[in-house]
Amino acid sequence: MHVAGSSSNRRKLWQFHGGLHLPDHKSMSMQRPPFEAALDDLLVIPLQQHIGEAPEILVKEGDRVLKGQVLAQANAYVSAPIHASSSGTVVAIDEQPVPHPSGLSATCITLQTDGQDKWDDNLPQTINDYKSHSANELLERIHWAGIVGLGGATFPSRVKLNPGPHKPIDTLIVNAAECEPYISCDDALIQQHAKEILRGINIVMHILSARLCLIGIEDNKPDAIAAMQSAISEHETGNVELIVIPTVYPSGGEKQLIKILTGKEVPGNGLPADIGIVCHNVATLYAVDNAVMKGQPLISRMVTITGEGIAKPQNMIVRNGTLISSLVEQAGGYNDNIDELILGGPMMGYALNSDKLPVSKGTNCILVTQKAESPQSPAAPCIRCGKCAEVCPALLLPQQLYWYARARDLDKVQDFNLFDCIECGCCAHVCPSHIPLVQYYRFAKTEVWAREEEKRKSDIARQRHEFRDARLARIKAEKQAKLRKKKEVLDKKKVGDVDPKKAAIEAAMKRAAEKKKKLQVEGKIPANTENLTAAQQRQVDEADKRRENTES
Amino acid sequence: MKFATSSSPHTLESNSVQKVMLEVLLALVPGIIAMTWYFGWGILVNIAISVAVAVASEAVVMKLRKRPIMPVISDFSAVLTGVLLALALPPLLPWWITVIGAAFAIIMVKQLYGGIGYNPFNPAMAAYALLLISWPTHMTSWLPPSMLNSTPLDFGQVIGVIFTGVMPAGLSWDTISSATPLDEMFTRLDMNQMIDEIRQSPLWGDFGGKGWEWVNNWYLLGGLYLLFRKIISWHIPVSIIASLLVLSGLAYMIDPAVHPFPAFHIFTGGVMLGAFFIATDPVSACTTKRGQLIFGASIGTLIFVIRNWGGYPDAVAFAVLLMNMAAPTIDYYSKPRVFGEARDASDD
Repeated sequence: MHVAGSSSNRRKLWQFHGGLHLPDHKSMSMQRPPFEAALDDLLVIPLQQHIGEAPEILVKEGDRVLKGQVLAQANAYVSAPIHASSSGTVVAIDEQPVPHPSGLSATCITLQTDGQDKWDDNLPQTINDYKSHSANELLERIHWAGIVGLGGATFPSRVKLNPGPHKPIDTLIVNAAECEPYISCDDALIQQHAKEILRGINIVMHILSARLCLIGIEDNKPDAIAAMQSAISEHETGNVELIVIPTVYPSGGEKQLIKILTGKEVPGNGLPADIGIVCHNVATLYAVDNAVMKGQPLISRMVTITGEGIAKPQNMIVRNGTLISSLVEQAGGYNDNIDELILGGPMMGYALNSDKLPVSKGTNCILVTQKAESPQSPAAPCIRCGKCAEVCPALLLPQQLYWYARARDLDKVQDFNLFDCIECGCCAHVCPSHIPLVQYYRFAKTEVWAREEEKRKSDIARQRHEFRDARLARIKAEKQAKLRKKKEVLDKKKVGDVDPKKAAIEAAMKRAAEKKKKLQVEGKIPANTENLTAAQQRQVDEADKRRENTES
Repeated sequence: MKFATSSSPHTLESNSVQKVMLEVLLALVPGIIAMTWYFGWGILVNIAISVAVAVASEAVVMKLRKRPIMPVISDFSAVLTGVLLALALPPLLPWWITVIGAAFAIIMVKQLYGGIGYNPFNPAMAAYALLLISWPTHMTSWLPPSMLNSTPLDFGQVIGVIFTGVMPAGLSWDTISSATPLDEMFTRLDMNQMIDEIRQSPLWGDFGGKGWEWVNNWYLLGGLYLLFRKIISWHIPVSIIASLLVLSGLAYMIDPAVHPFPAFHIFTGGVMLGAFFIATDPVSACTTKRGQLIFGASIGTLIFVIRNWGGYPDAVAFAVLLMNMAAPTIDYYSKPRVFGEARDASDD
């Protein structure tokens, strides 16, 4: 018998290759307790906040909506609905800039809030005894709530929680590692809601029929560890273990965390479910608990607003659709000399070109950096030092990938396992030549995708062309076969001795001629060539001559 | 508010080529001091000439290529090439040979291939090989180490010899020059002398040549510093030294009368400099860890083979250059197992 989750690890921990020890900068945003961000007049809610199909819009401009009401419903399997994050009026459904690396706009529903923040009365029932409900019912609830992976990947959770009957799940792994520097939203959430997270874990374990749950958390979060630990010991479930892991970036990468906790490696092009594991972020589990126990959809989340460029770094509970500029204002505004506005952490986040962008389900951190004292030097040639390979957690050869990506050798980059790259940024961080390696890999990946798409299209075009050719050839052959058949029938007729019709005609003509002759002989009917006038005789002669001419 | 954007990661620079090169130069300091101690001012004069010509050559080529000069010069890679070449040159080598060597290293071996990062061969070693083949007499005329040198030259005399070729009054090349211990060993072995006989000469110290063994010790110290600072990994130096020890150990066990003691191989000639500072040049070496082991072991083997049966007494330069050629192929066939890939039997 083991004691449920003592904080000293009894479990053997594994290591993944490479990784970095980075200054974590997390205390910056943990000095003040989290608060709920103010309700803004306008909320801009992007339609697409997840990986998969966009949901179908159910409201139109001018509609009054209540908090929690479904604004767009998911019709596809890999999709998620979105909900009104406060009560108010739909004032616009149009293209708005959204936080995306491309900087492009996308469809958003803009709400003018009424300040009442009134919940929808038609929210689903709370489920207190989840154990008496089937996995499907609970999955439907999770789907309805619009829950997606809140660690940043935003993959619809319903899909991840339903790996299918041929993939039995043994272990649920809860990702509380939060390995990126600066980000502390999971830390803050655990400190506030450890109990709810644990309940979310139990619900998900029930759905998956999982035997065991391992919570992986980095050792730089002692308060969260204590909170989670006490929640676990209070509830004596016996099959949930909190495991404190060393702080190494990127231990919060799904595959890396699974390796650390279980020693198993997820196959290169496989999923954790292939080895009996499902991995979820703590914030996702909190949202699951909310959806099941309170019947509330996912309309807000914990967001870290931090960095040297922010006056009062802070965690906030933020409604979906709140603009980043508003959050920055609530965090004391910008400091002087700011550099970049980053969504996510410094290692994997992407830089935004504007702060007039809404927070969505996947927004875990807003990081504002300050300009470095010395300017960043430009990229120099690779000196093949191999530091990148030493830190690569996927055991790749980043410099070879860089070389081939630069040469646009799309076959070679795949030979060197480009698609196992998780874009963690370790290689670029240590590169003495300051080469933006990750950018090259992203470029190569999109090139490969584009090529595959092109190939797929040209395959379809070729297939269609070949099919058309085949069809035309078939029609031609059928026509020819028909003609040949007809001809054969005709030829057969010619070859046959007597054509009965012809014979009948000939016989009739013969009979007529004989009859005529007989009558002539008897002199009963005079031939009409007798008694002709001179002019008539001349005409007959001319006609005879013409006939002779044409016959000759 | 509008912001500039860049690709992730958004962290401050943690490393630079300049830092790497400076660390390597720093690690060479003990060896340089030891060389100067044993072989006189000529070492420093050679370094000065070689570095000046290397840096100037690089600047000229960058000017011709219409590229900014300062960022390239300031990475200190040309300085390092200059120093490494100079450390392989005899202390009283005529200045123009040094000039040709340094210019050849930078212009022909480095810049004509595209500059730093693109040269398949180690520039210093390629230049050394060129000089050795072109001026074999000059390149093998060494001085005896200070404890055996009855007529040490002062700084002015050294400058005079290097730049004008005129010996100080009363001295001639024959009186002051001396073969290197490696040269001595293998020339006399070729004359069918026994190790015991050869070691009667005052040239020998505890396990290598007098003076030389200490120079190698100081290079080793610098090499350990590089390992400690994680500038280089252990794979190449350890595999070079280990393979050389194993092969010379086997030969020694077979017939100690005609095969020198293994430590002799390690502490004489340029093995320490080669193993820690030259073969580890990342640009021209293997980059995978398994590849580095193969690369290093092959260099060690080649050193042993060339020393025993080759025409040149020291073999480090040729061994490194030969393996430089093989490095890309070795790399291609020694790719590591990717995360999540099934472990096959060949992996450890």
